[in-house]
Amino acid sequence: MPIDWFPLWLSLRVAAIATVISLAISLPLAYLLATRQSHGRDLLDALTTLPLVLPPTVLGWYLLVVIGRESAFGRLYESIFGAPLVFTWQAAVVAALFHSTPLLIKFIRAAFESVDPSYSRAARNLGASEWKVFWRVTVPLARRSVFAAAALAFARSLGDFGITIMIAGNIPGRTQTVAVAIYDAVESGNGSLARTLSLVISVVAIAVLYLTNRLERRQAAG
Amino acid sequence: MIEARIGKRFAAGVESAEFSLNLELRAAAGVTVLFGASGSGKTLTLDCIAGFVAPDSGRILLDDQILFDAAAKVNLRPQNRNCGYVFQNYALFPHMTVRENLAFAAERRPRLERHRRVSEMIEKFRLTEISGRRPRELSGGEQQRCSIARALIGEPKLLLLDEPARGLDASLRATLYSTLRQVRADFNTPILLVTHDLEECFELGDEMLVLRDGSIAQSGAPKDVLAYPANVEVARLLGIRNLFQAEIAALDPGRNTSRLKTADFELTGPYYPGRFLRDRVSICVSAGELRVSPQNGSNRVHVQLIRASEMPQGMRLEFSRDITVEMTRAEYQKQKDNKEWLVEFPPESIRIL
Repeated sequence: MPIDWFPLWLSLRVAAIATVISLAISLPLAYLLATRQSHGRDLLDALTTLPLVLPPTVLGWYLLVVIGRESAFGRLYESIFGAPLVFTWQAAVVAALFHSTPLLIKFIRAAFESVDPSYSRAARNLGASEWKVFWRVTVPLARRSVFAAAALAFARSLGDFGITIMIAGNIPGRTQTVAVAIYDAVESGNGSLARTLSLVISVVAIAVLYLTNRLERRQAAG
Repeated sequence: MIEARIGKRFAAGVESAEFSLNLELRAAAGVTVLFGASGSGKTLTLDCIAGFVAPDSGRILLDDQILFDAAAKVNLRPQNRNCGYVFQNYALFPHMTVRENLAFAAERRPRLERHRRVSEMIEKFRLTEISGRRPRELSGGEQQRCSIARALIGEPKLLLLDEPARGLDASLRATLYSTLRQVRADFNTPILLVTHDLEECFELGDEMLVLRDGSIAQSGAPKDVLAYPANVEVARLLGIRNLFQAEIAALDPGRNTSRLKTADFELTGPYYPGRFLRDRVSICVSAGELRVSPQNGSNRVHVQLIRASEMPQGMRLEFSRDITVEMTRAEYQKQKDNKEWLVEFPPESIRIL
């Protein structure tokens, strides 16, 4: 039986889009967490950590309530885009986002915190605005760790199962991602498909790990 | 001209004792040295002036501009304070070249002027040949010049230096001193320099502020501070030896003499106006003013030689009774075979702190 590669392409596309959006969310939040001392920080820290400790299905259920067709958000989305968000590949992106962003925030925060604070002080002292300090000093100095973290987030996005199945479902050829397809293949006794997809995903994961290790070693060296 | 009155308290933490900074300082043109031991609040003072740390109380005035005023709730951001800051580790941006580091600092100047200003500073600080290099490819001396040039490029009204010579070897120190002397001569910027190195105070300082436990214990020209330390703590900080606790046993204004009784010897000193009989005082004698001889005489104390060590300028002899004498090598050659050692305290050399 020929192997259906659609789940793999879908997962790669979903993970890539989710990683880009996740980076856009994580960079400012991680910067706030790393540099601001306020009471709001602990709350923000707790909120961004919560998805890491909640069971994925619980998270998926909450998301279903928030973005479902009956919810305010769901209706707004439908009125703008003409179609519901749930059970589409875009919903799989949302699932991947919730799966990877908390981790990405933690990694990028650690990367920012490891930048010697005298550089940002020097930049402020030289008249740089907070925006300029962020983009021209802190982010460039942490860039390798940020890339490494983004690669890990990408790998993690590839593998989400619980949230995806709750809000994107398991529609072959439309929303079936690799993790879901493997489960499906095992369920239906298609061992060769499960084996092939698992091996491919393992190779991708190992490649990502190798890349992040190299990036982090170069960061440490330079 | 900077005028600052700064109060800042830190409650005791898990690993730190309570600390409070409470000082008033003024620095006009030239180099003012903030001298003190580690943990005396030197760097904290600079950070308050630069705006990295907000004091609890006080007021900081740079020329006519209020940088901070607790009562009026004014606290300018570091960006708006116009104080150049040379960090202890220089904090040159590692991902930029020398020229880019300077250009970064020049960005708040008018666009047309930036390029000219950067080139001017590169030339002035002899960075032309290395302007395309990254900081890690520079020698220590080049990093120093680059960070000083970067701090000065925005024409600050005050230059702050945080222990710029820490961890440098003697030759790098010498180049730093000559760079800073050049800055003092070429720029009109008052310089406030933090150090715990006495040599640096003398090399560079027009004025010296001795900081101890968060407040200023003494101020004045370095040579005056060294000659007349205000109290025992300052004398200890300055590394002055031959400090003794004594009681005034006699005072004779007519003959301009006094008797001073320490725990284990008695000395004749000059008359001390304003002191009373039985006052407990701290006396000190500079190690270079004491004399050593093999025979007994007036105002001489019997001692045992513990150690004689070579110094750059001569010999240092450490005796029992916590007495240290410094002398020339020639003098030491004459005395070194003494059977007995006596240290003479010339009366006029004995100072009460």
